[in-house]
Amino acid sequence: MHLPAKVPCLNWDILQIMFSYSVPLGKLVRAASRLRGGGSAFPGLVVEKIDPAFMQRTLSSLPHGVAVVSGTNGKTTTTKMVVELLESQGLKVFTNRTGSNFTRGVAAALLGEVDWRGRLDADVAVLELDEAHAVHFVNKVPPRYCLLLNVLRDQLDRFGEIDTTALLLQRIAESTTGTVVLNREDPRVARIAASVDGPEVLYFGLDESLRSTFPNDDDMRTAASGTEANGDVPAAEAADVVLRRVGADDADFEFDGTLVTTHMKLRGVYNIFNAAAALVLARSITGATGKPADATKLVKALSEVAPAFGRGESLTVDGQPLELVLVKNPSGFRLGLKSFPAEGYASMIAINDNYADGRDMSWLWDVEFDSLREGGVDVVSGVRAYDMALRLQYDDVRFSSVDTDLPAALAGFIRGSAGRPKRIFCTYTAMLAIRRELAKITTVEVVS
Amino acid sequence: MNPADGATHEASKGTIRVLQLYPRDMNIYGDWGNALVIRQRLLWHGYTPELLEYNVGDDFPDDVDIILGGGGQDSGQTVIQDDLLARGDQLRGMAEDGTPMLVICGLYQLFGKFFRTKAGPVIPGIGVLDIETVGTDERLIGNVTLTSPEFGEILGYENHSGQTTLGPAVEPLGTVSKGAGNNSKDGHEGARHRNVVASYLHGSLLPKNPAIADFLIRTAVERKYGPFVPGNPDDDFARLAREHAARRPR
Repeated sequence: MHLPAKVPCLNWDILQIMFSYSVPLGKLVRAASRLRGGGSAFPGLVVEKIDPAFMQRTLSSLPHGVAVVSGTNGKTTTTKMVVELLESQGLKVFTNRTGSNFTRGVAAALLGEVDWRGRLDADVAVLELDEAHAVHFVNKVPPRYCLLLNVLRDQLDRFGEIDTTALLLQRIAESTTGTVVLNREDPRVARIAASVDGPEVLYFGLDESLRSTFPNDDDMRTAASGTEANGDVPAAEAADVVLRRVGADDADFEFDGTLVTTHMKLRGVYNIFNAAAALVLARSITGATGKPADATKLVKALSEVAPAFGRGESLTVDGQPLELVLVKNPSGFRLGLKSFPAEGYASMIAINDNYADGRDMSWLWDVEFDSLREGGVDVVSGVRAYDMALRLQYDDVRFSSVDTDLPAALAGFIRGSAGRPKRIFCTYTAMLAIRRELAKITTVEVVS
Repeated sequence: MNPADGATHEASKGTIRVLQLYPRDMNIYGDWGNALVIRQRLLWHGYTPELLEYNVGDDFPDDVDIILGGGGQDSGQTVIQDDLLARGDQLRGMAEDGTPMLVICGLYQLFGKFFRTKAGPVIPGIGVLDIETVGTDERLIGNVTLTSPEFGEILGYENHSGQTTLGPAVEPLGTVSKGAGNNSKDGHEGARHRNVVASYLHGSLLPKNPAIADFLIRTAVERKYGPFVPGNPDDDFARLAREHAARRPR
């Protein structure tokens, strides 16, 4: 991992002298960098340099502590759900909404919320953190809670292997002081329980009938041949919340021995499984405040959670829905294709290979695109559009046009699919670029 | 554009049996892509592919025409190690006999003489290839371009911390012009011996390097049926994907 380059026009030593002004200064930098439309983490870099204890000091003051949400897929949506569930219980929650999910991003988000004297008006912090950055973070700020979602193939160019990623999550669990919430169905996550000594361990789980919907990377190539994946599967632990059923727009969750059916605005089985995760964490945090969670309000809040930006988010273009589905690794793409059936939709795929997307294109070959064969794909775009087109060719999926110029491809897609609902599967930086383009022609929520 | 245009619909020119070696435990990143490319190109060339799998403890199938092996995590390599050693004589015999094989990353290493891990212990390989690998703290990661006397320019992506050096009984697959390759010193990538092609490259390797795929297919067909009569696969998108990949940073 490389260190951030120094910004040549700032002298950190001089800034260090201004220690006592770090919060006002950081807030000024934040305001200034927002004016110029800059990145969300830069002000965090400034305050981190001149007042390294700022984040720890501020977060340690929260009465109900800090909860860290990590794992490969679903961090942003799950964090959003936990926040909205806790707010339904009357708690004031600090969170890092931008998906700027590393330590500096947290510091930057804090600067936006603290008053000019550095005080944060919140009961609890719920933070989404990338696996590697989470380890740095928990070394500085041991969390009271952690929620570990899954370990899947993603950014192997950064972490090397998924077993290494699992060790990062284990470090987070080991630094947690209160409650560790684990995915019972992901063997690499469930196994972390063995290394947790002290904190309470709670699980979220799936009904047996739903388990085949979530192929993990280990049985990725065995599902077809019907052989069992290698490795020991731990005996099923009792889960605090179990997802029993997923319908077209509703779902059944079981907790406290009761089955609750609720309407869901969220789409996608993986989002709804993560709703079970969010329920476990929210129930645990609320329970620790002294009064038990109000289940009716929790379920109502859950039913109203809208997707996080780019995660199955639905916009309106020419009177038709346009859905953005973020895909960033094989399991996410497979689940995305499964959760958002192609029928009736015009489809576009945009694949970039910038650092945040992962540079290696191998992952596209671990996704099967058969489900798009019947309707074909209208437009293929992104820096690596031709890698994607080649992938589709080998799965006998038709496509109408290929263009690496994303704005032009998007305009062509919208023109060519007038009157039809549209869906775009896109990598992270492609999603950001597409949202910027769409903001010129429709209402796109600004996430800051 | 119809991807199926390159396919021929006349009677099959013959069946080619393609064996994936340990696909359950050694499939870390896109190794399925290599199997898929061999399967589809056999069809496009007018042959019938028969895709077989060999996993730990299985019976080894007879009459295998092409062998494909991929990369694994350290844990996957531990799982297959004893089984692979028990199959060593057979695989060495097949390689010496001229069976075309592609081994990537983890199985490239284990097809060599040994892998000395960073922690010290030496994992024996099966010695199909005269190569030695040593674990290091340095991970070689990024886009790679190399030039091969047989296949021209080869493009891929590497991600490994084992560093491999070649002995006199093998040739390098090629010489790198971007990226590291076998190790951080000699500029070699991969290894060639008989009809075995070995490489660290993912990407997956074969989709953007159809020349290597067609070498494996042609060799298998010639060994089994005599002259190879190629079809006419549409490689326009492979060519365009190569052009764009070659322009990307390390």
